Amino acid sequence: MKANKSRIEKHHIEDFIGRTYMSFCVTLLIVIIVSMVYFVASKGLSTFISGTTSVSEFFFGTKWSPDGDTPSFGALPFISGSFLVTLLAALIASPLSICAALFMTEIVPGWGKKLLQPVIELLSGIPSVVYGFVGLSVIVPLLRNIFPGQGIGVAAGALVLSVMILPTITSVAADALSSLPQNLKESSFALGATRWQTISRVIIPTTLPAIMTGVVLGMARAFGEALAVQMVIGNAPFVPRSLFESASTLTSVITLGMGNTTMGSPHNNALWSMALVLMLMTFVFVFLVRLLERRNKI
Amino acid sequence: MKPRTADKIATTLIVFFALLIVGILVGLLGYILMRGISHISWDFLTSAPQKIRAGGGVGPQLFNSIFLLFLTLLITVPLGLGAGIFMAEYARPGKLTAFIRLIVEVLSSFPSIVVGLFGLLLIVNYFNLGFSLISGALALTVFNLPLMVRITEQAFRTVPKQQKEAGFALGLSKWKIVTSVLFPVALPTIITGTILSAGRVFGEAAALMFTAGMSSPRLDFGNWNPLSPSSPLNPFRPAETLAVHIWKINSEGLAPDAVQIAAGASAVLVITVLIFNLAARYFGRFIYRKLTASKRMN
Amino acid sequence: MGATATASKNSFQTEQLSIFYGTYEAVKGISLPFPENTVTALIGPSGCGKSTFLRSLNRMNDEISGSTSKGSIWIDGVDINAPGTDVIKLRQKIGMVWQKPNPFYKSIYDNIAFGPKYHGIKGKQALDEIVESSLRRAALWDEVKDRLKDSALALSGGQQQRLCIARALSVNPQILLLDEPASALDPVSTGKVEELIKELREDLRIVIVTHNMQQAARISDYTAYFYLGSLVEHDKTEKVFSNPENQMTQEYIMGRFG
Repeated sequence: MKANKSRIEKHHIEDFIGRTYMSFCVTLLIVIIVSMVYFVASKGLSTFISGTTSVSEFFFGTKWSPDGDTPSFGALPFISGSFLVTLLAALIASPLSICAALFMTEIVPGWGKKLLQPVIELLSGIPSVVYGFVGLSVIVPLLRNIFPGQGIGVAAGALVLSVMILPTITSVAADALSSLPQNLKESSFALGATRWQTISRVIIPTTLPAIMTGVVLGMARAFGEALAVQMVIGNAPFVPRSLFESASTLTSVITLGMGNTTMGSPHNNALWSMALVLMLMTFVFVFLVRLLERRNKI
Repeated sequence: MKPRTADKIATTLIVFFALLIVGILVGLLGYILMRGISHISWDFLTSAPQKIRAGGGVGPQLFNSIFLLFLTLLITVPLGLGAGIFMAEYARPGKLTAFIRLIVEVLSSFPSIVVGLFGLLLIVNYFNLGFSLISGALALTVFNLPLMVRITEQAFRTVPKQQKEAGFALGLSKWKIVTSVLFPVALPTIITGTILSAGRVFGEAAALMFTAGMSSPRLDFGNWNPLSPSSPLNPFRPAETLAVHIWKINSEGLAPDAVQIAAGASAVLVITVLIFNLAARYFGRFIYRKLTASKRMN
Repeated sequence: MGATATASKNSFQTEQLSIFYGTYEAVKGISLPFPENTVTALIGPSGCGKSTFLRSLNRMNDEISGSTSKGSIWIDGVDINAPGTDVIKLRQKIGMVWQKPNPFYKSIYDNIAFGPKYHGIKGKQALDEIVESSLRRAALWDEVKDRLKDSALALSGGQQQRLCIARALSVNPQILLLDEPASALDPVSTGKVEELIKELREDLRIVIVTHNMQQAARISDYTAYFYLGSLVEHDKTEKVFSNPENQMTQEYIMGRFG
């Protein structure tokens, strides 16, 4: 055996091949993320470096007229539009999702899960252009008939997004609820509490960080969603004053503008700056999720 | 309010909202299928689109979607397997593992439009691959890879660890254990997950608009030489997919039957996603039965 | 105690072997010989370190992160616990079977043929022979010879366990480590496995961890009693069970604690 120590055996070669292959895959992951951050950041910062627009002008300027005689690149209309539709979507979707999760785990754990699980999976599987198409042909006319305006706008965008993020929040919340120890509920029932008292005083407070994780994940999806929102929001470059007026988001203006501008022009660079904002917001969302997960563990 | 009354009201509301979600899905699917299915015909699925006249089909788009999905899986699956196996079987708790986990999380959280823009910058322009199938497939790889890593990691984690021990005790190399003992057991879960992720890839549009492009050259379906520019198999030609096509005709469609085409294409997309979902579900059950039915003989 | 620390040929013994999980010392400097053609039973209350000790004999603890060891394990005059040992080659010489049967998710035939094939046995005939002889040695051949292509998971628990023993035998080990191999089985299957262990002693050394005192008494030649990571008593099985030297051993065997 001693003599064999330094010999290269078959298993050494196998493990070497395996490790090389895996290292390649993992390295590629790292290369992708590094190059993504590098390329988007270097493009996105060029707006500020070239001096066409200052940081405060970009973030707080309300005037977006890239083709005017004195072009101006205030992105506040889009930033505010993105935040507004995201928050509204979360406000609509969260209560619905929490109810769905409670239905699956607390009210009728048996067939409730059997019914809603596939529903959730299918909802999350429907492509975003299809959501956009249905939004355009159902929700927009509906809003037009009920409310003032053309139907398009922040409200339509938020409604479409809320359906799109339902599955995310519901599945995270349902996981959190079903991982709750059984005795926690039993002790509450034993004290004579009704189901609603148990849910509102014991179950929801204990699982709140986990449910919030789901909400943040849903918001991340809503914030980054491009086509479905672009199709129903109207795409007017103004800070929204009403929910039923045409507005824009970061993603919608990028979607529409990127193909019609030349690389390197100030207009194009401003779009990249918005892409950079999207990327930074992703980091913020991931950070929030991690923060909540840490709280959830304690 | 008496606790009993509150309990009743709350329960009713929860049930109502849960059923509302079911209603939303049923309404969505019903609407898409009702509106679209009448427009689906063999001719619609195979003929080329018309720019300004009615009666165009989605043949090339459908082909592009399928071919692009195939190319993407061809690249993503081996890479995802490698990184996923590393995370499940090799990564020891520590800074590097935590870092890779963070990368996977961030990558999977990036909005698909940002992934598309990165593709435009690096693959289309920098690598000079132009708007092409291969650019689209590489962008979709960035989009799908983190998911594939997670699917693989989770699938390997469900394999009983006694399987690994048995392999070690026989004097097998670790890589041999991974590939010949653990992989066959993890495979059903990996396949189910891959099919589901394929549905997501199939419906993706935002990542493709600026990578695979928004046009499709005249394809000659009699020409299968992958190097010829009019060949459907040429990976360096632009390729508008079904999902991108839906977006395009909704925003700039000129044909008089644009809405019907969008409806028909949406229905095709949704039916495909449904098939993917059912296939994954059926396959999962089939394997589960195959693995457990034999145990019933005890 | 019977430990004689000589590193001679044809020997298998540990010398001052300690196992740590982090800073916790799970096994404390144990020296134990395993003579040829004998069965040694390791007994003791749960958490006494006997399973950890067993798993260290084929360096299986290496696969647990944070586990380290000190001391020596001598096989044929070579310390296999020394750094630089080719652990994977070593494990061919030492078979192992666990409490819960863990056949591969493969056919009965492939469960047995897999190891030999990996270690370079070629040709259907040679493999067929190994499969048959291994299954015969594990007293399973007659029950499965007509359905070698069936999934191993279709076998009963007792059959699966004997299949695992056959699988361990397929690569021709010199030593067989058994970690409570019968504790998950019904009495009939347990009887078969015990019978098998007695027969296998003719060709190899066997080390078995068991919680069942009757079983230890029935099948082992030597018995070692572990307590809190230390070796309390080691002697011929008749001696340990009839007239133990240590009070603790006696109390454990009589079932007063543990």
